[in-house]
Amino acid sequence: MDLLGSKPTRFGFGDGLVDLGERHSNIVVLGGDITGSVMTSLFKEKFPDRFFSIGIAEQNATTIAAGLALSGKIPFFASYGAFCALRNADQLRISVAYNEANVKIGGGHAGISVGPDGATHQVLEEVAFLRTLPHMTMIVPADYYEARKATVAMGEMIGPAYIRFGRSPVPMFTTEESPFELGKANVLMDGTDVALIANGALVWESILAAKELAKKGISARVVNVHTVKPFDFATVTQAARECGCIVTAEEHQVHAGLGGAVAECTAKNAPVPIEFVGVKDSFGGSGDPEELMVKFGLTWREIYASALVAMERRDKGSSGVRAIRDVATYQD
Amino acid sequence: MTQETKASLDFNTTTFTNERRSAEDFAPIANEIRRDIVRMLVRAGSGHSGGPLGSADIFAVLYFGGYMRYDPARMDDTTHDRFVLSAGHMAPVMYAALANAGCYPKQEQETLRKYNTRLQGHPGRDMHLPGVETSSGSLGQGISIAVGMAMSDKLVDRNDRRVFSLTGDGELQEGSVWEAAMAASHFGLDNFCWLIDNNDCQIDGRVPDVMNVYPIDAKCESFGFDTIVVDGHDYADLMRGFDRFLENQRNKTGKPTAIIARTYMGHGVSFMNDKFEWHGKPPSKDQAIAALEEMSTMP
Repeated sequence: MDLLGSKPTRFGFGDGLVDLGERHSNIVVLGGDITGSVMTSLFKEKFPDRFFSIGIAEQNATTIAAGLALSGKIPFFASYGAFCALRNADQLRISVAYNEANVKIGGGHAGISVGPDGATHQVLEEVAFLRTLPHMTMIVPADYYEARKATVAMGEMIGPAYIRFGRSPVPMFTTEESPFELGKANVLMDGTDVALIANGALVWESILAAKELAKKGISARVVNVHTVKPFDFATVTQAARECGCIVTAEEHQVHAGLGGAVAECTAKNAPVPIEFVGVKDSFGGSGDPEELMVKFGLTWREIYASALVAMERRDKGSSGVRAIRDVATYQD
Repeated sequence: MTQETKASLDFNTTTFTNERRSAEDFAPIANEIRRDIVRMLVRAGSGHSGGPLGSADIFAVLYFGGYMRYDPARMDDTTHDRFVLSAGHMAPVMYAALANAGCYPKQEQETLRKYNTRLQGHPGRDMHLPGVETSSGSLGQGISIAVGMAMSDKLVDRNDRRVFSLTGDGELQEGSVWEAAMAASHFGLDNFCWLIDNNDCQIDGRVPDVMNVYPIDAKCESFGFDTIVVDGHDYADLMRGFDRFLENQRNKTGKPTAIIARTYMGHGVSFMNDKFEWHGKPPSKDQAIAALEEMSTMP
């Protein structure tokens, strides 16, 4: 896995929407006033007749989308994830999920990498909520091409779906040709000593951690679970069985997101020690994305250190219940 | 129908057609809807009596007056006009209207709120009861779905389908209702008709005591609706409201229509009339018998 450049995942969402608009005449897009930020402006420019500005009214946009979907349209509504996943939670639950309405939500500026805007805009809880909704598909792409492919895929599947993407540029390591299938996790690096299971921006950090671990003779498997729901139980169970311990990594609260999904899966299928890398029950704050990722412990260093802890727990047989520990720090 | 049939706790098989009628023809339909509501609720042992009974006249005109065009045998086609019940707790009146229109067997009304029923306590689209367009029950959402449907019809498909949605008046306390109203007007949805069942009651008491929503007409006007206030128990007045909506659509006024129907909760059953205590409970068997007895003398 090599670095191929850097681009925000929101660009992938915006370009994917245009791809969809060209292919399907029933794709419509709803704007929530920040169309330039979440890149729905690209669709608006190209297909003005199929773009509707709803204003700063996320609950209304979500339910209007349900009405459009129940009329045979494929509506996308995008805003910041802080506002289009949680403020409209009831609308997502009743009007979208319970109705099985073919509504697609794009939640931008997710995670603390939003940077200077601060905690109000740094949504860290929505994966937990969305993955509990029946019928919902929840996607967290790792880079530009994955976001673009995921956007097209969610538009072409039937049923409610949500995609989470970020504001800041993130490393690109997949290409137009890389395989992408909704609900199918990708094993990016094979390994047998520890499984690093990540999504979003933390996938690249996991790759970096695996490369560092390799220098120590540790063989780490890197699994990209871009679709949190439906969850790829098979790939994760296999990773647990073959590696015997896991580190999960996500730009989200450590509770109930990807780490929670992995824990639910392995507790039932293959109980192994898991270390959780993520935001540890706190809100974000202002700062540069890079310094925030360091401050909140969302870099390869924490993944690396957590891998060592996970392996130690496995080898000492201490896989019982224990509290989520403080961020283990990287030491050469 | 004989007086005995009308007084019976059992469902009958009488159905009614949907056509332009004169005002005096609606009473037998509305009263049969009311009787079915009582029959349903007494069997269910839970559910909302007041709102459904009080709005039966609105539903009689809406479903049986030719204003909403639909084929009871093909409620899933993609050309009929649509109704979205935003006030989901009023499901029994919609279920009774659909049954009396022949959309599904009237006997099935006995399953209201029972395990596996198509007549869920609040409408569930997943149960596929013909004529139930959406799930609703969390207030303030149905109207917004209806606006989305009307946008699809008018702005994307550019057809002449009509979309109706009914909210309660307590429901107007939900802010999302006004987001929907703003959008209906912004997009010039003259194919959209908002029905407000203004019975002035909600679970905790009179609407102005719980949280004042008045003046409703001025609010609707200021949100860009062509607003008409009617007596919700006067068929000629209700027809005046629906005719105004059809006229607005025909003339492409670019304005959505709001019909504020002044009603009494529980209307038709004297011991329930205008009593907010009847918002959320069903009649006992004795009360149901008394109600049906009283209504058996009505047209």
